[in-house]
Amino acid sequence: MERDDLIVNDSYSVSSNHSEEAGKGIRKKIYKVTALLTIITIVEIFMGVVFKRNGTFMWESIKLAFVILTLVKAAYIVLVFMHLGDERKNLKYVVLLPYALFILYLIFIATTE
Amino acid sequence: MAGQAQSVDKKQLWGGGQSPFSISYGKMMMWFFLVSDALTFGGLLIAYGVIRHASPEAWPVGEQVFEALPFLSGQYPLIYVAFMTFILIVSSVTMVLAVEAGHRMDKKGVIKWMGATVIGGFVFLGSQVWEWSHFIHGSGGAFEIANGMSVKADDGRTLDLNAGSWVHMSTAFGHAYEHAMEHGDHISWEGNTMVVTAAAHESHGDAHGSHAEDAHGHDAHATAEPMKYPLELVVNKYTLVHKDGQDYAKLVVTGDEAMKIWKEKEAHTEVFGANLSKNEYGAQQQYANYFFFITGFHGFHVCQGVIINLIVFLMAYRGVFERRGHYEMVEKVGLFWHFVDLVWVFVFTFFYLV
Repeated sequence: MERDDLIVNDSYSVSSNHSEEAGKGIRKKIYKVTALLTIITIVEIFMGVVFKRNGTFMWESIKLAFVILTLVKAAYIVLVFMHLGDERKNLKYVVLLPYALFILYLIFIATTE
Repeated sequence: MAGQAQSVDKKQLWGGGQSPFSISYGKMMMWFFLVSDALTFGGLLIAYGVIRHASPEAWPVGEQVFEALPFLSGQYPLIYVAFMTFILIVSSVTMVLAVEAGHRMDKKGVIKWMGATVIGGFVFLGSQVWEWSHFIHGSGGAFEIANGMSVKADDGRTLDLNAGSWVHMSTAFGHAYEHAMEHGDHISWEGNTMVVTAAAHESHGDAHGSHAEDAHGHDAHATAEPMKYPLELVVNKYTLVHKDGQDYAKLVVTGDEAMKIWKEKEAHTEVFGANLSKNEYGAQQQYANYFFFITGFHGFHVCQGVIINLIVFLMAYRGVFERRGHYEMVEKVGLFWHFVDLVWVFVFTFFYLV
């Protein structure tokens, strides 16, 4: 794997400023993600109000849907709002790998206990 | 390698002459802090899940516990929590817009969006204060019954209650009963209706105990209008029991059936709202404890976030970052603020929805 954590040219800058033009595109993306997060929250509330928490198969499936929707929301917040998507590959792994392991472990515990 | 690194502005490199992951030291450490802080919240939520899963009694249902709105009566399940979630998402958006403005060296933009973020943070904190206050005060209270019995709810369905099971009071009746007990008012019954004769008003703030109040307020009693409250009880107010293909939740019981339950009320088992030793929502005290700890720990983070945001807002206003040549501090603070939003997304799902 090619290392990308070392500086090999002088293109890197801490301030990572961008132009007025680039800003327009970034803002558009931000508004899109905002709309998406709001819609997901409304759908979650709707599902929570409509379906009864009665332990039937239906409710168990809804619960799984909640977890998936939550992970989708979390992914958008981390990758777009926190700009992790724009960081170097290594940093992404450093932040996300522990949680990938954590989730795998939780699934393991939940299914074996 | 070293030769190539020479061409980078020295000020942007760490002490070792390199800049791992191509980000500044401060930003990287903020990421590491967030990774560890997320594990703390993860641990709390998992502990909550384990306790809930292991609980033999039905666990309180978020939709039935959190259904009140300020200034309004009636039932609005989860609407208030949805509002809080939305506030936090919006303040996260204004934060990312502040970061974007910083990248364009747009001082006015940073000030505008940072200001909006601070306001959003205060609105969320205020909302949480109301939520806690409502949770602590409760919505009518509960009591234990001494002997088991079979009751017929107003909708015609029959339920068996075991000795020691909890029965809740409706919000209107429960608040009136709690108020009467707190003030040492005289309670009598006319059939299925509770009649409360208020103790004298000036004695309410008196700290001399109930005996002194009675003696003190005796004359004023005669003029006070007695208030009447029909007995109204609720079975499975905050829980849902699924039996024989039917859902038993929020079964209202009034009239003679309610009186039958009331007569079995075990003395001194009334619980109103929640504190650190008892709560009206569930038989499990862990429910209230986890509510206080998880939302409290998150609220503590929000509180710190607001303070840090306010400081950065003032620094931006005074042109500190303008002189520094970049707005990276806004980015670092933004990471923390987005993290607070991220945690809430999980708390919202695992505490209120599931």
